[in-house]
Amino acid sequence: MFETRIFRQIGTFVVALALIFASCAPTVRADSKIQIMAATTDLAALAQEIGGDKVTAESVARGYQDPHFVEAKPSFLLKLRHADLLIVVGLELEIGWLPPLITQSTNPKIQVGAPGYFDASRFARILEMPTGAVTRAEGDVHPQGNPHYWLDPDNGLRVAKGIADKLSQMHPGDSAYFAQRYTEFEQKLKQADQQWMAQMKPYAGRKIVTYHRSWPNFADHFGLNVVGYVEPRPGIPPSPQHTVELIGQMRRDGVKIIVVEPYFDLKTPNAIARNTGGTVVVLMPSVGGEKEITDYFKLFDYDIAKLKQAFDSTH
Amino acid sequence: MKRIALTFAFVFVALPLAAQESASSSANSGAAAGDVRIQSLEDKVRTLTEQVELLRAELQSMREVRTPAPAADAKLLLASSHVEPGTVPAAPEPSAGGSAAQPVAVAPPMPAQVTQTQTFGGATSNAKLLNPDISMIGDFIGTAGRNTVSPGKTLELHESEVGMQAIIDPYARADVFISFGEEGVNVEEGYLTFTSLPAGLLMKVGKMRAEFGKVNTIHNHALSFIDRPLATNNLVGGEDGIDDAGISIQRFLPAPKDWFAQGTAQIFRGDSGDLFSSNRRQDVSVVGHLRAYRDLSESTNIDLGLSYSRGHNSAGIGSAFNPSNFITNLYGADATLRWKPLRRAIYNSLLFRTELFWSNRDQLSLVDTFQTQHAFGMYSSADYRVNRRWTVGGRFDRSGHATNANLTDTGFSGILTYWPSEFSQIRTQYRYGHLWDDPNQRYTNANELLFQFLFVMGAHGAHPF
Repeated sequence: MFETRIFRQIGTFVVALALIFASCAPTVRADSKIQIMAATTDLAALAQEIGGDKVTAESVARGYQDPHFVEAKPSFLLKLRHADLLIVVGLELEIGWLPPLITQSTNPKIQVGAPGYFDASRFARILEMPTGAVTRAEGDVHPQGNPHYWLDPDNGLRVAKGIADKLSQMHPGDSAYFAQRYTEFEQKLKQADQQWMAQMKPYAGRKIVTYHRSWPNFADHFGLNVVGYVEPRPGIPPSPQHTVELIGQMRRDGVKIIVVEPYFDLKTPNAIARNTGGTVVVLMPSVGGEKEITDYFKLFDYDIAKLKQAFDSTH
Repeated sequence: MKRIALTFAFVFVALPLAAQESASSSANSGAAAGDVRIQSLEDKVRTLTEQVELLRAELQSMREVRTPAPAADAKLLLASSHVEPGTVPAAPEPSAGGSAAQPVAVAPPMPAQVTQTQTFGGATSNAKLLNPDISMIGDFIGTAGRNTVSPGKTLELHESEVGMQAIIDPYARADVFISFGEEGVNVEEGYLTFTSLPAGLLMKVGKMRAEFGKVNTIHNHALSFIDRPLATNNLVGGEDGIDDAGISIQRFLPAPKDWFAQGTAQIFRGDSGDLFSSNRRQDVSVVGHLRAYRDLSESTNIDLGLSYSRGHNSAGIGSAFNPSNFITNLYGADATLRWKPLRRAIYNSLLFRTELFWSNRDQLSLVDTFQTQHAFGMYSSADYRVNRRWTVGGRFDRSGHATNANLTDTGFSGILTYWPSEFSQIRTQYRYGHLWDDPNQRYTNANELLFQFLFVMGAHGAHPF
């Protein structure tokens, strides 16, 4: 008799659940736009450039947020569950927060390895790939190379090409549209890049110090020379000893510029600046870092204007 | 078609253009200059050929002199094959019309890095390949002070948890956490997650921590305290909590705008510490959980939950009653408020959490009559990240005993955590308890200082949320 009671209870439980689940049958989306979710704003911006009005692109991280430390909020799941395409930076940048979001999204399209999972790093030129033994004595190293590759416009173009191909593959009917948008983007970016290069030309070879290793691709493209970091090791907060060493090095080498990402504390960089007669420049590593940075072009416009201003003020 | 045509056109136009671009300026200066250049190129080619001949001869002589030299031989070859792409960077393939020697002559000295940039994309970490992500978390705990009710060990490697996580196939992933403790080895969790089910279902199969409230789902090393709340120990199955073999189904539920809702239903074998115990095959336990979450702003959010669990307990075993009649019903409610400003996420954050537990346990009274004990327990905790390296926290505890609701333990803790990096953690906790001392039948005070060293090696795990 008791058994039947248990079975009845379990039965009720299952039926109740079935009712709950049945009540929320998947809603069919009417619009045929490709729903793109990107891990960062930069990738969303690139996807929007290529996809135009055939896509909607949103990002998980905000532009002023440290992309290593995004919280896996359930509210992101609501967007991920309907995404047709998930674009990730890769190289373990999002390893602390994206994998659980992907699993919990219950969206088969964007699972790792599925057609809707797009790792942008596969198309970019990657710097700082560690050689030899990789240990965390080096701090929070990225064993597959530096993930801040989108700060080189050439990489932006390469990733855009990858996105264009992916979108054409997903919607073959619109492939001409995407190809054309890519060509326009390429022209526009090449033109803009010429201007940026011209603006940065007077400062070619200048030595700078950055807070985190976010800028190797940027420095490489625009001919800057990053000679030191405020962090003693990637992901390790500044230590007094390292700061003293850095100040000494900056004085010796005549380095005046300290580039800081918007999500780092300015106390140590300011102290270093005071001791070296240098300037702290808060550069935006991502689209949306400031309100006016609404697309991939404005990101470089902003950063280069800031840098130029800083270089001019220190000489 | 148009796109392909464009690409082709681009490639065909761009390649020769790129090849000639650098040469064109010098070409303008006249044929004489060109002749001189070609002359110098020829010279260079000649010297290079001579060098190659020399090297070849040297190699030959080495081979002849020392027969057991194949190893050195191989090395030499390897080295030379490595150097080549560095000195002669892959230039655009000279088209039929272009002069073949050109790229060598105009190649500027390239930094060593160039060799790696010929390919795009990150390196494959060879050590991984198809191996799972393996991590090990060491949890060392020391305890000082007085506690006669639940004394901890002075020093212990409380737990060494090995985690192995991998994608199994396009449809599932698996997560296994094996915990080596002082008393032996235990599979803390080991489950398969089906990620590609229809209708937005997420199914887990295996041994797992039940989705009952918050603290029950969190592994020891991810807690914001060294110990577990009194309520967990008294009402929800001790340190391991509800952790059993079973099947779990989870799904998003329809919710008002800006709300996120999720339902979980789990069925377990029915053996969880001293909480549930299954005598017969049908004595399974069930867990249900409803979660509602909302972003109040970009940096603030609330997370609410209701939980229910039901299973058989061991109270009736060996008595005159039918053991199957002894059931424990557990109810839980949890609320979490988080604040973390996005621009300073690594420096400051705040977390308030309260969990309430109600336990209805069927058991035998002292005079062997059937009774149900209705016990209540709760804890409230707060953690504040002061800066990148320091977190302070506190917790208030209050809990009845599942077997005797009239006995209530209370306690509070102060917690200080230091993070040398993301991969290690040093924590100290002062713990006061006003606890029921059963052997002596009286309440007693406990004053303890705990400290903990945590370290993580191997794969970078997900940050807890």
